[in-house]
Amino acid sequence: MSGFEPATGRRPDGAAFIIAAVLAALGTLLIWQGRAIPDKGGYAGIGSGDLPVFIGICLWALAVAHVWKGLRHGATGIPRQQPVPVMFIIGGLALQLLLLKPLGFSIASGLLFACTAAAFGKRNFAISLPVGIGFALVVYGVFDQLLKLNLPAGFLETLIFGG
Amino acid sequence: MTTFDFLLQGLGTALDPLILMYALIGVTLGTAVGVLPGIGPALTVALLLPVTYGLDPAGSLIMFAGIYYGGMYGGSTTSILLNTPGESASIVTALEGNKMARAGRGGPALATAAIGSFVAGLLATLALAFLAPHIVKLALVFGPREYFALMVLAFVTVSAAFGESTMKGLTSLFVGLALAIVGIDGLTGQARLSFGVPQLLDGIEVTTLAVAMFAVGEALFVSAQAAGLQDKVHAIKGSVAMTREDWSRSWRPWLRGTAIGFPIGAMPAGGADIASFLSYGAEKRFAKHPEEFGHGAIEGVAGPEAANNAAAAGTLVPLLTLGLPTTATAAIMLAGFQQFGLQPGPLLFATAPQLVWGLIASLLIANVMLLVLNLPLIRLWVKLLTIPRPWLYAGILLFATLGTIGLNPSPVELSMLMIFGVMGYLMRLHAYPIAPVVVGLILGPMAEAQLRRALSISQGDWSTLVSTPLAAGLLLVALAALVIPPLMRWRGKGAVLAQIAGDED
Repeated sequence: MSGFEPATGRRPDGAAFIIAAVLAALGTLLIWQGRAIPDKGGYAGIGSGDLPVFIGICLWALAVAHVWKGLRHGATGIPRQQPVPVMFIIGGLALQLLLLKPLGFSIASGLLFACTAAAFGKRNFAISLPVGIGFALVVYGVFDQLLKLNLPAGFLETLIFGG
Repeated sequence: MTTFDFLLQGLGTALDPLILMYALIGVTLGTAVGVLPGIGPALTVALLLPVTYGLDPAGSLIMFAGIYYGGMYGGSTTSILLNTPGESASIVTALEGNKMARAGRGGPALATAAIGSFVAGLLATLALAFLAPHIVKLALVFGPREYFALMVLAFVTVSAAFGESTMKGLTSLFVGLALAIVGIDGLTGQARLSFGVPQLLDGIEVTTLAVAMFAVGEALFVSAQAAGLQDKVHAIKGSVAMTREDWSRSWRPWLRGTAIGFPIGAMPAGGADIASFLSYGAEKRFAKHPEEFGHGAIEGVAGPEAANNAAAAGTLVPLLTLGLPTTATAAIMLAGFQQFGLQPGPLLFATAPQLVWGLIASLLIANVMLLVLNLPLIRLWVKLLTIPRPWLYAGILLFATLGTIGLNPSPVELSMLMIFGVMGYLMRLHAYPIAPVVVGLILGPMAEAQLRRALSISQGDWSTLVSTPLAAGLLLVALAALVIPPLMRWRGKGAVLAQIAGDED
């Protein structure tokens, strides 16, 4: 990272403001939820709701610090990011999430495998998908059958390993 | 009974064939993940937590510790041959080690790293064995306020003391603490931040967060960088044997590295990476040929490698005796203990001495195993580096989700995996440290409980927190660790701190 570059011009750091907004929102949520807890704290004087409020206030302080720093130091360049691979991986995770119950562990995870491989440059799904499903089946066999981890089974697992 | 008797008894446990098996699996896996770039010991232990649910507690914990030690050994291989550290504590090893490999001296570099790790691991584990009972005695007088002070100190050192920005470290920490609030409050049974979602009542699983941040976040980050990351692996030319000169130049750095690494690991002062940086600096100062530094000085490999292994063993001191994790890996190992209903701390030495001493003794044996795995078999591990990245990361993500699915195959849990994964990616992108989030999540509820307990005892009197010299001293050190680094940065010495930035392992 080129952290030692002098701030170019007077462009304030946009990312710092977004992060500050997120922190402030999280802080507000914590303060609101903490205040909503009807707990006087008993002997200790502080109860369930007080720590969330305290953390919320600290998050607000950090948000202010971010704004101050963003105004003062300007943007530090972050390396250019490629959006397509990120989409592939997030898409793969979403597919696995949605298809896990209906199609079972192996097919859903095989899709994730193929999508991740695609994110890193192996775009040929005709190869990566069978490899992924095969690999996931082996993993299912080892962890579900041998190590008794309870993985969701679909028609493929039932077909191969039996009910 | 003396420590020595306990240790012998522990060796009895450790030599059980089944336990030896667990240790062997642990060190083998640990070496593999150390060698592979992109996965570290913290992630591996997190991935294995759900899998070991039904297994033997002692065996599983020994396996985890083996992974931690193995990761420290294996990381050096990647640093030396690929110039990409396999885990964060091996960044310095890459400085000199890779230069040696380019000069065709990769073999001796790997050898001094492995033997140095062995010497350091052995000495530091013995130091752990002899130090632990004393700290346990000390810890028995600890009350809630001392524990609270100790945790505050751990928070500060993990998040703010090192790295390039105190603000970023604290931000990570408080995000972790905020996540820790989710779920049922252990003291009153009050549900907090659960918004009526039943899955959230259990709180956020440490394993889910760690796996998301380390595996998914890392995969997203690596994939989003421009292509051309695959570096050239330097083949090992000639034998891995060290010459007489190599030996005479290595043994002092090994011992110095151990002496630097163990205390740093044992104090709540950050992880193995800081120890290895300090050791590198020390070797540079003590070296007979300082001009060789930067061009492949063997001292620059021997010292830091010894230091990071000694620090890994040192980390187990606060973890076992106080239940206090000071690195991400230790935090996840703590989750491992809790999974089996064990709470590390002074009581564990009284209630489960066989387990604790078996674990310590196993570490001695694991060191021997690691030496065998890493010297004669080194060429096998180097083959791991030739796995193409698409398959490697596809496999990592499959295992990452496997752990979460095995634990709790609910869409809520998998969504959390996805959301925290994206969060991990964005944090990496903007140079926010990851470890404070994980440590905040696991230590947050413990610190809160101790604080409220202390205040209950004093009936709401806050001065109780500083009413013993020990508690006041610990809080003072924490304050110093919080205030001094920004001052140093302000005085223009920030580069030193940024260099020893604590990273994830």
